[in-house]
Parts: sequence; structure tokens; C-alpha cells
Amino acid sequence: MEIQKTQASTSLPLGEGQGGAVKQEFNITVYTENQIGLLNRIAIIFTRRKINIDSLNTSPSEIDSIHRFNIVITETEDVVRKLCRQIEKQVEVLKVYYHTNADVIWQEMALYKVPADVIAEKVQVERLLRENGARAVVIRKDYIVFETTGHREETDNLIKVLQPFGLIEFVRSARVAIIKDSEGFNSKLREFERREPGEDVIENEYLNQGQKVFTM
Amino acid sequence: MNETAIAQQELEAAPEQQAAVELTGSAALLEALIAEGVDVVFGYPGGAIMPVYDALYDYNDKLNHILVRHEQGGIHAGQGYARTSGKVGVVFATSGPGATNLVTGLADAQIDSTPLVCITGQVFAHLLGTDAFQETDVINITTPVTKWNYQVTDANEIPEAIAKAFYIARTGRPGPVLIDITKNAQIQKFQFKGYTPCNHIRSYRPKPIVREKYIKEAAELINKAEKPFILWGQGVLLGSAEQEFKAFVEKSGIPSAWTILGAGAIPSDHPLNVGMLGMHGNYGPNVLTNECDVLIAIGMRFDDRVTGRLDKYAKQAKIIHLDIDPAEIDKNVKTTVPVWGDCKETLPLLTAAVEQKQHTEWLARFNEFTRQENEAVIDKELHPQTGEMTMGEVIDTLNTLTNGEAVIVTDVGQHQMVACRYAKLNKTRSNVTSGGLGTMGFALPAAIGAKFGTPDRTVVAVIGDGGFQMTIQELGTIMQSGVDVKILILNNQFLGMVRQWQELFNERRYSFVDIQSPDFVKVAEGYGIAGKSISDRADLKGALEAMLNHKGSFLLEVMVTKENNVFPMVPQGCSVSEIRLK
Repeated sequence: MEIQKTQASTSLPLGEGQGGAVKQEFNITVYTENQIGLLNRIAIIFTRRKINIDSLNTSPSEIDSIHRFNIVITETEDVVRKLCRQIEKQVEVLKVYYHTNADVIWQEMALYKVPADVIAEKVQVERLLRENGARAVVIRKDYIVFETTGHREETDNLIKVLQPFGLIEFVRSARVAIIKDSEGFNSKLREFERREPGEDVIENEYLNQGQKVFTM
Repeated sequence: MNETAIAQQELEAAPEQQAAVELTGSAALLEALIAEGVDVVFGYPGGAIMPVYDALYDYNDKLNHILVRHEQGGIHAGQGYARTSGKVGVVFATSGPGATNLVTGLADAQIDSTPLVCITGQVFAHLLGTDAFQETDVINITTPVTKWNYQVTDANEIPEAIAKAFYIARTGRPGPVLIDITKNAQIQKFQFKGYTPCNHIRSYRPKPIVREKYIKEAAELINKAEKPFILWGQGVLLGSAEQEFKAFVEKSGIPSAWTILGAGAIPSDHPLNVGMLGMHGNYGPNVLTNECDVLIAIGMRFDDRVTGRLDKYAKQAKIIHLDIDPAEIDKNVKTTVPVWGDCKETLPLLTAAVEQKQHTEWLARFNEFTRQENEAVIDKELHPQTGEMTMGEVIDTLNTLTNGEAVIVTDVGQHQMVACRYAKLNKTRSNVTSGGLGTMGFALPAAIGAKFGTPDRTVVAVIGDGGFQMTIQELGTIMQSGVDVKILILNNQFLGMVRQWQELFNERRYSFVDIQSPDFVKVAEGYGIAGKSISDRADLKGALEAMLNHKGSFLLEVMVTKENNVFPMVPQGCSVSEIRLK
């Protein structure tokens, strides 16, 4: 959300000055109906413009039958804003927001499968795991699966740590992000459960300079 | 009486609470179309849509199905119908090649915001993904070129899917919708509980909320403006806001120019109608775009053919953009005041807020440019001194004879630009053309649909010799349906627009533009369509009269000068104010 403050409020108009022209990571949050084919409809908005999706997570939201996408791309704000409008234009999309990394709290989860004997024999490994905040998820005779959650560097770091001890398998999730300035989000979203939206549904509001939330 | 007809009787006899009747998915589809007020369907049968055509056999008296000669012809006819009638065009096609043949028309309708509902047959649900005969993944193929699409695999879904399809196609910014129905769903019997039109989808907001704040800001800018300039597009027509638009223009006294899809919203000879925008538009509107102080864009999307080079486009002006589609605001041109909403609602608010004014001096600037354009281009085009005819004089003579009352359907290329520039339009929805996609082959089938959309009006398809050969097979549709379409071929024996560019930008290296044509009159004759070909100016008026007065379809080929160029022209990569008169 602070993007509107930190970037849009610079003196240069968006798209013409630095405010819109610097490429950086943006977190796009999309609330949608749960509809077959919608993932494709959203994905082609990026592919049509030859934009790579760095990370994509989609799962049911707190509202029944509404899904939430978290999409991460590296682009200029100008492009991101236009993309968001195109996404929100899709019939089954309810809301779209975009934020810089500074405006969200984000996490990625990683799983590491390590041979059990190494852990049992080497005390050092146990310490390293503790230092990296790893948690054992499954413990078997032959292997142990650890889990960490954090930023990319943190989950990357544990790979480096475990590599010398015979890391068997590694997997990392897409990014999930919570928006720092999302007061009232849940209640606004709940408005969609009602057939007729109430007055306070924030709609087509993004051009309102005073608003901190990007939405249409 | 067969089963469907019995079910039909039961349906009509059904009491108001609409007790369920057993229908096949196909019959329910046709019931839904009738309930939506559909009177004509353009289509072509095939294996995977046979159950629908079987049901259609019993609905012949209620639904006029026009058998086209190619699915592309079917969808362009649907577009022509939608454009002249303002209603949703409906198209049937079978799976596989039938469905893929729709793609060009879908893309055309998507970019030109034309409301369509296309029904495609699909293989049985249990065969999906098995590379079955005539199976294509039509949903994924058409996703980028539809406003919405949906695959039905169970007959119970049909009423709701059709209701949503019509609602989505015609509301907000209109567009094409495709419903793909598997064969099992077409055959399946289910309890049809009657048809309920859709008027709300939770995630879909067709009309943005109108903000008084922006109306006020826009009115302030307009009232302070000394050199305001209106650009209007198809949004005015799509919103049926011609009256509201005229009232706004006349009260504010602002010179107004149009995009080719907006043509005719106010008559060509309205004193405040200063002409056409864009690459081959009029001189004044292009040059003065870079001189106005407030630019008011209404229902138009700043296409690159209108704006030319964007970084030199109206940089001096404050921009007010009225649009129903939020994604259009700031897409190409940065807006000072966005006026969200349906212009049918926003224009009256704006009209009420602006002062009654006349911009006499500013309007005179436009007229001065018109004078220059007349001298350098128009006079030569309409009154050539050479023996050969020009496209412009053909259109001009047609204007005189139709008095600007005809629907002009054009294809793509030089003749399109000439027709758009010189056709006189007294009425709205009189100019049907493929604007955004530039689909050659559009005009002939679109004219067929246009005539069904407005049966009382004269429909003239103006087509080049190249484009005509792209969908020439639709002469068969004209033959069989008996639809009255006047076909005016402007034959310059070249793919003229490409040739013009090769002349101007590729040192006259005429690469594959010397297209040969068959004897069009004989081809028409083969289809039982009367025709005539002329190359003498002396015959022009008489031949056009003969075409217009002929009962039924008529093909008139006019041989025009071969290497004529359309001017003015904004060369690609140039600013609108760098428009060339020669």
C-alpha cells in the first residue's frame, strides 16, 4: 500500500519519471471466483506482454468460494498498474491489489529431506538446523524432513548448510504475502458475499489519489 | 409431432411458476436463445453440434438460421448484425475446424467491442483430451479473444451458462462470449425449469460508479478551456448515447472529431463535426490535436492508428477521458480527469455542468484546415481530371444517390479509408467496418448480417478486389438466404494499401501486391446474383442507380485508378501534427 505514498506521490507523473520506470519486485494480489480456466486467463495477461511470472500461489481465501492469487513479477510500476487493470477486467476477478516488497510481509516455505543417520551422528547439524529455524516435519529411520519458512535468502541459506550433509531433496513453495496496510480487507471482501454490494465496497477507487489501496 | 415439439407445447402451457419440463440440452439452448429475443442465428452444422441442429429443425418458425459458407463468414455476419441492430449476434459452429474458423471473428469482435454469443459443439465429455475426431481445445484457443468463455458438459448448466453469456456479452464494454457444449450435454435430457435472464454476477461490475467529483473537475476544465476538442468513438454508439452526446456537443460548442467506429453518432454535416481522426483522417483534427488545450475523449481508446507517435501526442493538453472500461484509462494516454462510467449516464451530467458556449474562432481554425485539405486532396479525389475513376468519386456519387441514409459496410484497406472519409452518414450505426483488427474479408459477410440487423435500410458493402476474394464464398449465403445486399467492389487491381506503403516507404518495390481477380460479374452470375462492371465515369451514376434500385442483391464492380494513394496520411512513427497532404 505504501507504494502509493512512497512512489506515486513523487513529483514526477507516473510512467514519465522514476516513479513508474524502475523495475522492481511487485506482489500482485488477486481475489477471484473459483472457476476453471481463470488461471489461464490471468496467466496470458502476462505472457501476451512477454512478462515472466517469478512466483505464483493460488488457494482458497477466508471467504467461501473466493480464491486468492499471489503473483510476483519484476516490472515497473507503470506496467504493473496496467496489468492489474487488465486482470481486474476479467469477469471472474473481484479485486486486484499490487504492492512492493516493502508493503507486504511475505514468506516462502521450504522442505528439506536429509538422511537420518547424518543428523543422528553429527551434533553440528542439529545446531545448524536450530540456528536456521528449521523444524522437523517427518522423522523416519532413513530420512528426516525439515521445514523452514522465510525469505528467499533464508531458505537458500539452509540449502547451502545442508548440502555437505547429503541433502536428498528440496522443494520451495511460491510466495505468500500479507499486505501491511490491509485494514478492513476482510470485511470489504465479505461484502461480496451479499448479492448487492454495499456503499462501502471500494470499487474503481484507485484513481482517487487519497486512497492508499490500489483497486478498481 | 416429435418429442421436442411436445416438450415445446408443455413448455408454453407451463404455468407461471414454471413447472419443470423435460428437455434435451439442445432444446433448452434454443429456448434460452428465444427467451433472449434472438431472431436470427448464423451458423454451419457439423458432427459435434448435430443435436442442436436436430432441435433447430423444430424451431424453424421461431429462429431464422442462416446457413453460411464458412464459419468465419458466420461470425462476421453475427458482427454485422450486432453492429447495426445493437443486439447480440449469435453464431453456431461445430467443434474442431468449425470452432477454429471462428477465431478471427472473435478477435475482431473483441478488439471492436462487438457483443456476440458463439455456440460451438464439442466432442463427448468422456472424449475430452483424447485427441478425438474434430476435438480442439477451443476454450483455451479462444481465451485471449473472448470477453468470457465456458465449457458446458452437463445439460443442467445450459440455461445458466446462456444467461450469463448474454449478460456478459452486452453489458459494460461489450464483447464476444463463447459457450462450448459437449455433445453429451446437447443430447442429455434434463428438467428445464424455465429461463431466467442473468442480471448480476458477483465478481463482475459492468458499470463503474459515476463520480460527481470527476464530473465537476471535467466541467471546470471544459469551462475554462479556450481551445477544447472532442474525440469520440464507438462508446457513444454502444451506449446508445447519440442524443446525449449531441446535446453535450451543441451546448459546449466544442469541435468534435470521430474514430472510424464512432462515425455517424452525429451526422457528417453537423457544423461541429470536424471530421475523422487517425492515420488517414482529416487534416484539421490531426494537426489541432497538438494545439488544443483540453482534449475530451469519449468512448474511444487512443488506438495507435489514432494517436500516431504517443510521446508527441497532445502533450500540451489536459486530457478528459470518458470510458466505461477502467482498463482504458491511462492505458495509452495519461488522463488528467478520468470520467468513469457509461457515457449515457455521464454525458448528461457533464452537459448540465458545462456552460453554453461557442468557440467560433477555434472552430474557424478547423475550417481553415478543411479548406487546405479540400484544395490539396479532396477536390482531386472527388473531381479528378484524369480519365480513370477514383474511389472517392464513387463513394461521393453513392452519397448523392443514397442521401447518406445507407449502411456502409467496408472491408480493410484503401477503399475502407476512402469510404470512411467520404461516406456521408446521416444516421447512427451506419458505418460497419473492421477497425481494430483490420480483418480483410470482413465486409461481405458483415454486410449480410448488417442487413438482417436492419432489414429496412439499404446496405452497401464497399469492398476491395483483394478482400472480396477472401470471403467470396459468402455469395452462396446471399444466394440461398435471398438477403438484399449491394456489393460495390472498388477494383484497383492491387492490394492497394500495401502497395501504397511499398511506394512510399519501400522504394516502390511492389512485392506481391499485384493481385489478379476473376471476372467478378461472372462469379456473381454463377450464384444467381445480378452484376455489372464499369470503368467509364459516364456509366458511374447510372450503374450505381441500377445497383440501388435493383430488387435483391447486386454486384457492381468499378474499375478505379490503379496507383492512387490515400491522403492525408500520418506516417507510422510520426506525430499526428506531422500529417502529410501528399
